[in-house]
Amino acid sequence: MEAIGVVKFLGEGASQVRALRGVNLSLNGGELALLMGPSGSGKTTFLSILGCILSPSEGTVRICGHSTEGLNPEQLAKLRRRHIGFVFQTYHLFPTLTALDNVRMALEVRGERSSRAIRKARDALAVVGLSHKLESFPSELSGGEQQRVAIARAVVGDPAAILADEPTAALDSENGLSIMSVLADIARGPARGVLVVTHDPRILPFASRIIRIEDGLIVGEERGVNNRWTSAAVGKA
Amino acid sequence: MPLILKLAGRNLFHDRLRFIATIIGIVFSIVLVTVQLGLFVSFERTVSTMIDHAPADLWIMRFGTKCFEDPSLLDEGERFRALSIKGVADAVPVVIGFAAWRMKDGGTTPVFVIGSDLKAVGLLPWNLVAGSIDALSIPDAVAVDQSYFGRLGSTGLGDTAEIRDQRVQVRAVTKGIRSFTTTPFVFTAIERARSYIGIARNKATYLLVHVAPGADVGSVRKRLQETLTKAEVLTPAEFSARSRSFWLFGTGAGAALFAGALLGMIVGTVIVAQTLYSSTKDHLNEFATLRAIGSSGLYIHTVIIIQALLSAVIGFCIAAVIGMIIVVATATSALPVYMTPTLTTIIFLLTVAMCVISAISAIVQVMRMDPAMVFTR
Repeated sequence: MEAIGVVKFLGEGASQVRALRGVNLSLNGGELALLMGPSGSGKTTFLSILGCILSPSEGTVRICGHSTEGLNPEQLAKLRRRHIGFVFQTYHLFPTLTALDNVRMALEVRGERSSRAIRKARDALAVVGLSHKLESFPSELSGGEQQRVAIARAVVGDPAAILADEPTAALDSENGLSIMSVLADIARGPARGVLVVTHDPRILPFASRIIRIEDGLIVGEERGVNNRWTSAAVGKA
Repeated sequence: MPLILKLAGRNLFHDRLRFIATIIGIVFSIVLVTVQLGLFVSFERTVSTMIDHAPADLWIMRFGTKCFEDPSLLDEGERFRALSIKGVADAVPVVIGFAAWRMKDGGTTPVFVIGSDLKAVGLLPWNLVAGSIDALSIPDAVAVDQSYFGRLGSTGLGDTAEIRDQRVQVRAVTKGIRSFTTTPFVFTAIERARSYIGIARNKATYLLVHVAPGADVGSVRKRLQETLTKAEVLTPAEFSARSRSFWLFGTGAGAALFAGALLGMIVGTVIVAQTLYSSTKDHLNEFATLRAIGSSGLYIHTVIIIQALLSAVIGFCIAAVIGMIIVVATATSALPVYMTPTLTTIIFLLTVAMCVISAISAIVQVMRMDPAMVFTR
């Protein structure tokens, strides 16, 4: 996943703001990168652009070698379902579906509807330690368990990149660390990178790379404590 | 169960109160449409019931006759001219007209008298449940339908009344011969009918033509039309269609029934649209999540359409039961609501169309949705 010279204007006319001012970043397989910065620094906007949900005003984004330039919303959705998994701050699970069906949904939108899809969903929930909660509805799960279901949903389609937006913000310390541990395990394989947007200092020990963003610019980058899986850091402001 | 069906169903049933309100709205709408269209079919059938039951190959009538109930008269001479045409086996005169039926208690009610030659194959009562056609040969004899006993102050065979100060006696009773005007039909012999209506002995309203065996109806019709300068010749289908067209569209009665049905459709569409819109609004976050995790627009639209179809099927099933109760309850009334398999299919398709059209507002809402909202909520 690679961003080159990404600029993003938000709003129109007099109220228009330049949320990103030329951001470069690459996320490589096998690393867990943290994108940190204060509120309004452009973290979420950048995550949306990397996740092909927003299009950059200028610059290029490449996902697994595919440029997003000129793609329509349907083509961007196709890139997302093939290559990207998302973990959201407030989980965004489907409240009327069980944990298993929530995870299956990620396969359903990819067109996988066979019994194999059910097996994959069960396996994904097993990886996050929720084999015993397959038929539980989100309302019957704790915050930490809901976030685990969301992680299972993100990884079940075997995407190249996981983008996580403040995944620990709604959790207590113990659950937050547990979730980061799961994400770190996911990033252990060389074929998958994880980018976590956060301003939670508790999770710094899990990072292989820490990228700092302010006012729409990447202002610093450092290797994390947990850099044994780190590939070469490429991004710079 | 397919996941898409599960998601759509649970989205729909999640808020039970709203779901029940939606179904009630759909049911009322469909029942209204059913009654209106059922009455339309009933009206359509009843309008042409005499023409459809008359054993004629061709109808001869005065030029400009708009419908069966139009009392324009032909001269006897037209009958003889018709009989002189090659291929015409018989031309049976029929007279019709309104008259006042005076009951024994002195009250009166309008009736529609139909007189035909009892010895010929004319327009005679059918569906007899009491008495006989032969009994109509008895002086003063008439046949009436049992559904109008109340209107006629009659209880059955043997009851007497007066038409134009002349005694009449019920000698035959029919079942299910109803008039769309709700004016009771009174069948009798042609001579007495002329007397009851007050028309000359040499006049007739229609001539029912029987074509000779082997003769071509089209050719006979052409020859008749060339010969009869003051009359026109129609096939039963043409006359039936003309009558229906006059009463259903010429008078605005059909338009009123259609307007009622249309109103029902509009009310139903608005109710379902409002429900789907608010349901979609409530679940917008989930649709945004679906979009964010890579769902196609088509998949999301399908979820909404399935919600609409589920509403349609459930609403239709309940409405169909109520509709059947109405059909049964009105079956013996003066104005029955008819239901046919074709009409049932049409109403089901209308229900589906109504619900799918209703989904448009919800789909537009989803199309305008920004999937980036998943990061901000």
